[in-house]
Amino acid sequence: MKRWLPVLPALWLAAFVLLPVILTLKISLSTPATAQPPYLPVLDWSAGFEGWGSFLEALDFANFETLAGDALYRDAALSSVTLAAVATAILALIGTPIAHAMARAPERRQPLLVALLIVPFWTSFLIRIYAWIAILKPEGLLNAGLMRLGLIAQPLEILNTQGAVLIGLTYAYLPFMVLPLYAVLAKRDPRLAEAAADLGAGPARVFWTVTLPLARPGLVAGALLCFVPMVGEFIIPDLLGGSDTLMLGRVLWSEFFSNRDWPLASAVAILVLVLVVGPLILFREDGATAREAGR
Amino acid sequence: MASTRAPGPAGLLTCAGLGKRFGAHAAVADLDLTLQPGEFVCLLGPSGCGKSTLLRLIAGFETPTSGTIRLGDTDITADPPHRRPVNMMFQSYALFPHMSVAANIAYGLTGLARAARQARVDELLRLVRLDGFGPRRPDTLSGGQRQRVALARALARAPKVLLLDEPLGALDRALREETQGELRALQRRLGTSFLVVTHDPGEALALADRIGVMEGGRLAQIGDGASLYERPANRFVAGLLGDVNLIPGRVPDRDPGGLSTLDTALGPMRARGAADGEGVIALRPERIALARTPSGDGRALPGQVVETTYLGDRIRLRVRMADGSLWRVSAPTGADAPGVGETVHLSYPPERAWLMPAAG
Repeated sequence: MKRWLPVLPALWLAAFVLLPVILTLKISLSTPATAQPPYLPVLDWSAGFEGWGSFLEALDFANFETLAGDALYRDAALSSVTLAAVATAILALIGTPIAHAMARAPERRQPLLVALLIVPFWTSFLIRIYAWIAILKPEGLLNAGLMRLGLIAQPLEILNTQGAVLIGLTYAYLPFMVLPLYAVLAKRDPRLAEAAADLGAGPARVFWTVTLPLARPGLVAGALLCFVPMVGEFIIPDLLGGSDTLMLGRVLWSEFFSNRDWPLASAVAILVLVLVVGPLILFREDGATAREAGR
Repeated sequence: MASTRAPGPAGLLTCAGLGKRFGAHAAVADLDLTLQPGEFVCLLGPSGCGKSTLLRLIAGFETPTSGTIRLGDTDITADPPHRRPVNMMFQSYALFPHMSVAANIAYGLTGLARAARQARVDELLRLVRLDGFGPRRPDTLSGGQRQRVALARALARAPKVLLLDEPLGALDRALREETQGELRALQRRLGTSFLVVTHDPGEALALADRIGVMEGGRLAQIGDGASLYERPANRFVAGLLGDVNLIPGRVPDRDPGGLSTLDTALGPMRARGAADGEGVIALRPERIALARTPSGDGRALPGQVVETTYLGDRIRLRVRMADGSLWRVSAPTGADAPGVGETVHLSYPPERAWLMPAAG
């Protein structure tokens, strides 16, 4: 029984991760066709080896060449990564003080703070993003409030800009940044910061040399949990970004559902996968260095 | 409050009327303590007596509710920890896990050129006998080695006062005794004032020039080991420093010869010290002489042995006295040691017994 236990997660991953990736990869190498399914080639199981031969011959990288050649996809990839990176940086800047304050709160109050952080999950993600439309639109809550205060004379154009997408990303992903950071910071030994202060370090030096390096695993985990899904995010740019915001998630959606170009959509999906695997490898190395350092 | 006090002898570190409350609980209350240059003082007390809080007040991690802390002539009560020329060695050592041993020790050495800093780190590593351990990580070291890194790091800035919170608490017994000697020798050599918190009376006696016994946030008594052992201020101090028989009674008069007489349930007993009205005699078990026959002067007190424990160099006996109380007696090991059930006659030199007030 014990020996077979690791097989279950392996089977799960094979069925729901590996197999879909292989199928997507195959479709990305196919050619669109007006057929069912809407791509060629389709493997002819009855033709045996020859069927396999002609099947493999028909696969090519034409869709990836299209992706590389068309500025639209390059811009979408660049803007996806940039927006995700900027949002991750903002999240780190906002999330670190929040996690720090949570970890410093009296111990009996910390479960409540964690609960408050995850309370928004009780409402559907989609509805919460729709709510931001009501806040950000020209006659929305934010503009009305600012105009009431006399800070602005004209409503600000926030909705349907990249700024709105950044606001939405920051809002939606904050718990994913704060929770791993908090988990690391709550476990740390408060004596370490005291020892640093005792040795003459002012608050800033304590933060940069002790608190932050020790929080690094939490920061890396939080950054990955945010950056990776944000690169492929669809709902937030679709609802808040308007037609100007080009992100891979929207491109993928329109290739798939509007153009019904499954092979090209699959190629975009593979591109997203490659873009997010990069940081994952970096994280692995970071983890390895951390373990090395810990030895 | 502090300003109304007469200035005591000029000390290196002076706490005056120091108090710290956590809500309704007074962790430290109205405490006066003066540390002389080069002095080794132990704060001794059970957990919760406020000794660690006192250390944290001096280091600056806690803000006192009342009173002042002065270092020489400078009032440091309001200074944050990083501006105080005192350093602390933590009970858990609090070594930075993400830094090498050398980087840990060098952490406080700011404002030095690279070469000078390296030289100072090497000097400190030699001082604690850890040459060559500089590039290691703290978690690759043994407990004793980590303890010495913590000590070197705390000494790096050459503090005027070094605060040590249970410095030997995490070491096993054999290592602790060896390290006691090293710590004492190191302190003598450096001439730095050490203020050590410990719950172990043996450790305090072995290390300190003076021991401050803390009880309920107050300093019950401070003095050298012998005076605390021989002339405790109250029952708490007497019991903390070792086994003791406490015999209550009333003081009818004071003997002009320097000895007081206490009327106890066992008849009049003499001792040094003084008390008004109610008093208690503290009589150490090893000061009591055992005899099988009544003494010539008729002062020996009869009792019956109810328990003996052989300890190698000593035998510990419990003796039921005439009033029903149990006395502890520590006798040298020998062939004629009395057995359980035997009647013995106990006597003691009155100048080695100590009379103190019953209250407090």
